[in-house]
Amino acid sequence: MRFSALKILTEGLTGNKGWTPHWRDPEPKAEYDAIVIGGGGHGLSTAYYLAKNHGLRNVAVLEKGYIGGGNVGRNTTIVRANYFLPGNSEFYSHSLKLWEGLEEDLNYNVMHSQRGLINLFHSDGQRDAFARRGNAMINQGDDAILLDRDGVREILPYLDFDNARFPIYGGLYHPRGGTARHDAVAWGYARGADQRGVDLIQNCEVTGIDIENGQVRGVQTTRGAIRAKKVGLVVAGRSSQVAAMAGMRLPIESHVLQAFVTEGLKPVIDHVVSFGMGHFYISQSDKGGLVFGGDIDFYASYAQRGNLPMAEHVMEAGMALMPMIGKARVLRSWGGIMDMSPDGSPVIDATHIDGLFLNCGWCYGGFKAVPASGWCMAYLMATGTPHEHAAGFRLDRFETGRGLMDEEGTGAQHNLH
Amino acid sequence: MRIDCPCCGSRDIREFTYKGDALALDRPDPDAGDAAWNDYVHNRDNPAGPTRELWYHEMGCAAWLVVTRDTRSHEIHAVELASAVKGDVA
Repeated sequence: MRFSALKILTEGLTGNKGWTPHWRDPEPKAEYDAIVIGGGGHGLSTAYYLAKNHGLRNVAVLEKGYIGGGNVGRNTTIVRANYFLPGNSEFYSHSLKLWEGLEEDLNYNVMHSQRGLINLFHSDGQRDAFARRGNAMINQGDDAILLDRDGVREILPYLDFDNARFPIYGGLYHPRGGTARHDAVAWGYARGADQRGVDLIQNCEVTGIDIENGQVRGVQTTRGAIRAKKVGLVVAGRSSQVAAMAGMRLPIESHVLQAFVTEGLKPVIDHVVSFGMGHFYISQSDKGGLVFGGDIDFYASYAQRGNLPMAEHVMEAGMALMPMIGKARVLRSWGGIMDMSPDGSPVIDATHIDGLFLNCGWCYGGFKAVPASGWCMAYLMATGTPHEHAAGFRLDRFETGRGLMDEEGTGAQHNLH
Repeated sequence: MRIDCPCCGSRDIREFTYKGDALALDRPDPDAGDAAWNDYVHNRDNPAGPTRELWYHEMGCAAWLVVTRDTRSHEIHAVELASAVKGDVA
């Protein structure tokens, strides 16, 4: 079924009886050419591009819960390409370009909204750093505009510019940044993969990885054994547990990141605004809710909920930046599990086991990476060599110290990102 | 989350700084080799369940603590002085 304006009109006039499920619910086959473990954003886009770019259609995505029920449905939906370091910069640039063509490619409305993103700065030193970052973005071919205080005031008049601790000196404006509807991204990729023959197997938890003579043979699941010579491990918050099934110990610590949304309000915040010094960022959803968050709670957790001190800290930062939101009532909050890597950058790489590939370590920035992560993971699984845009995401960079990508410059150590 | 500090009693989580897995107590020998040091510095068991980790009572007695905590529920099972765990009470 192809979506079009005509289809919507016809269905609207005939009682909406012609819509069909977006994907099949197949029984797992005994063998596939490739298996992707994890039916989140990255796993689904990996399967989609395996089929679309590499003609691999005998592929299964194994999801222990339901499609879109993990972090892809629990994030704050920001899409941007404002990275500084070589290795990250070209990857996120590639991802943003894929985002810009995604709705046409998937024939699916992912509500990608390039409303612009502003990172605020509060000192001369920070201005220099942001000017340098902006130049790196421009050199990469993306867009960045350094705004002074008046420039920020023009588009964000509601901020408190004279906060005693963090007065606003200006902001780095990234007009192509914005948001997308996170669930729709999962659904669009799922539908696209399914249409190309990929089996999406839900309620299917992987319980073991079969390895013989250093070569992967398949997986054991709650729905039986499934053979495959290529297996991609794309499980975000459960990376350590699934990798342990293959005898691997990863450079990953899982932390909880909280997010909050208010009741629906009339449009007040037109952009994505990020207040790094206070650990606060915010945008407004199309439903009107203010969607905001801050930093991780900073202790290992799989609880999918955080503690109150960080909630309080985020609210305080929000009030310091934009006092106008003080009377908005918080509707709900939640926590997602982030697989934090030592340097804050991800891994897309082959492992020491033939045919077993690893995609993990997205920290708190996985959503915007969904298209390029799948694109590069599919390339790696199909060809056995890293994609040029993900060539820096090597697993051995921690052991060798070569090619560490520490975007924050705080050190490649676990408790610093 | 509150931590029951052996020196100070039950205190708010905000008084403490998180270091990470308590493997710091088992530091490899300087000549243990790259693999052992990579494992120590970067790789983690990262369990979904009970784990032992180091917390520092920064705004209290400044003691390093070994906290046994369940990462699925945040429930704290035991808090010990790191110096006592390591056996050097000096």
